[in-house]
Amino acid sequence: MNNEQSNESVGVPAPEGPANLIDTDYVIGQDNVAASPLGMEVDLHGKVFTISSLVILVFVILTLALQNQVEPVFEGMRAWLTSNLSWVFLSGANVFLVLTVGLIFTPLARVRLGGQHATPDFSYAGWFAMLFAAGMGIGLMYFGVSEPLTHYGTALGGTSVEGGVRTDWAPLGAAAGNEQAAVSLGMAATIFHWGIHPWAIYAVVALALALFSFNKGLPLTMRSVFYPILGERVWGWPGHAIDILAVFATLFGLATSLGLGAKQATTGLSHLFGVPNNEVTMVLLIMGITVIALGSVMLGVDKGVQRLSQINMAMAGLLLAFVIIAGPTVLIATGFFEYMLAYLKNLPALTNPFGREDANFSQGWTAFYWAWWISWSPFVGMFIARVSRGRTVREFLIAVLIIPTVISVLWMTALGGTGIHQVVNLGMENVASASGDLQLFEMLGNLPLGLITSTIAIFLVIVFFVTSSDSGSLVIDAITAGGKVDAPKPQRMFWAIIEGAIAVALLLGGGLAALQAMAVSAGFPFTILLLFACYAIVRGLMDEPRGA
Amino acid sequence: MFKKILVPVDLAHLEALQRSLTVCADLARHHGAEVCYLGITATTPGTVARSPEEYEQKLRDFAAEQGKVHGQPTSALCISSPDPVADLDDHIIEAIRTEGADLVLMATHLPRHLDAIVPAHGGKIASHTDVSVFLVRPRESSK
Repeated sequence: MNNEQSNESVGVPAPEGPANLIDTDYVIGQDNVAASPLGMEVDLHGKVFTISSLVILVFVILTLALQNQVEPVFEGMRAWLTSNLSWVFLSGANVFLVLTVGLIFTPLARVRLGGQHATPDFSYAGWFAMLFAAGMGIGLMYFGVSEPLTHYGTALGGTSVEGGVRTDWAPLGAAAGNEQAAVSLGMAATIFHWGIHPWAIYAVVALALALFSFNKGLPLTMRSVFYPILGERVWGWPGHAIDILAVFATLFGLATSLGLGAKQATTGLSHLFGVPNNEVTMVLLIMGITVIALGSVMLGVDKGVQRLSQINMAMAGLLLAFVIIAGPTVLIATGFFEYMLAYLKNLPALTNPFGREDANFSQGWTAFYWAWWISWSPFVGMFIARVSRGRTVREFLIAVLIIPTVISVLWMTALGGTGIHQVVNLGMENVASASGDLQLFEMLGNLPLGLITSTIAIFLVIVFFVTSSDSGSLVIDAITAGGKVDAPKPQRMFWAIIEGAIAVALLLGGGLAALQAMAVSAGFPFTILLLFACYAIVRGLMDEPRGA
Repeated sequence: MFKKILVPVDLAHLEALQRSLTVCADLARHHGAEVCYLGITATTPGTVARSPEEYEQKLRDFAAEQGKVHGQPTSALCISSPDPVADLDDHIIEAIRTEGADLVLMATHLPRHLDAIVPAHGGKIASHTDVSVFLVRPRESSK
């Protein structure tokens, strides 16, 4: 890296202004193939696009053709990874958290993404809405009621041991027979999974990408982050492999979520309006979501993704406010602080990677979640990076770590707390006995205006999927175009259609479980890669000029 | 007749713009018009430049070079966008207003079926502004 800017660098010359470019001969797009097949212009990274497309195609065909043989393999792989390597996932997430929180308090946080004179591209409201909607919007809809209820139930049930091994799924030491303690522990465990740790994972990827693209002048693809480690080799096969893995994780993660989301939305529509809960409805829903996503990617980040994200945040805010007002308001208000305290109290034990007695919980829940967040991190991180130019590192980290965590805690407290209140205090067993994708609607149905709020919830589920699909298409397009974000529009349309097509194919073929297992399996190599990325971030930031 | 001509250019594809640049030079000389070259670049590093600042400098150099060709006053307007492909039309329409241009001259491709889904920029600009729009197509031989 050169500490002085120079207009004499070979390849692409350095820009004006205080930023510290990496001196490389690589010209962005030099490995791209530009052509006009059938009058349609394309500008693609030949190797990354071809290999990732072929791998995806082969995977889908194999999964559909040999479902019974393939599914146990992937399920076994997922189970092996989360049980034997859970310590890697838990340790990795702890490292990411310590790094990102620690950076806030160092002088390195004064570095501005995009150079010291860069100005933000989006308002706070638009920026925040986009990073939150891409990050975990849909998960909060799905798990908002079901996860707190599940942990509460297992904690209340206490521990059970067979042959010296715990067979229960309760977090930590459980809270057998103690309702209040079980509620606190259940909420603490949920907040742990949806709080600051996932956002620390996203923040590492997003910060690394933004730094090495906006400040170091490298293309906006995963490989760029590893330049300090791999050097010029990052433009060769090691870099291709990193980018292909990123495409793979992103596309399958999105397709799986599209399929699962269609299932939840169909369940909701069936529950409320008696719409047939079958594959035809699901396929129609996926097609509808894909068409809206196509419109959104055509309109772009500003008019498409940002507007939809803001609509979604406003609707989610209304739903949250309604649940707080119509639900047990005082319980939610006091619970917010009580559960936060319970979370902080249990945090050291929940984050402990070694010697855990609650193996089912720490491996089946925590390690699974961490692997899932990490496999999604190239997608969410790259999207967050793309919309975060002009922010200082401190501003970026506070916004990405703290604000979403507080909102997630409030969301889980309101929805989960209301669900638990209905079961524990009001004896509404319909919430507890419902399937996971129905629990949200059952909880809302027990409140006034249930039909209206449940309809809004279905709308939210669908639009959250659109915002995931369109932002995901933009990310995959950028990676497969060698980091170019100005590649021809039909390419981003292609990826949006492929996501929908894979979701339909695997939903009909029954391969979604294998796909989910595969997406989670991608989390392990990424955990290792992200640990190297932590080193790259610190080294990259130390070279940057810092503002006052 | 025309006082200021706005010419959107993509510095990554200058070879495809040569015909429109020649037409622009002829028109500028004929009308004694100022020419403003408009570049819309991504905020991320790209083929031409690794930052918007560098792109802007290259656009200024390009405008100055073109000024030497046709002898008329030139200026450069660089707009950076997080999604330049999607926001291109809006930025051109906004630039027409802010620059006070009375003619937009831009290169365009031949009609194609895909235009029904992804409309050409020239047609969109013409239908959203009241200034004249001159679209220059490639030579027949380049079909």
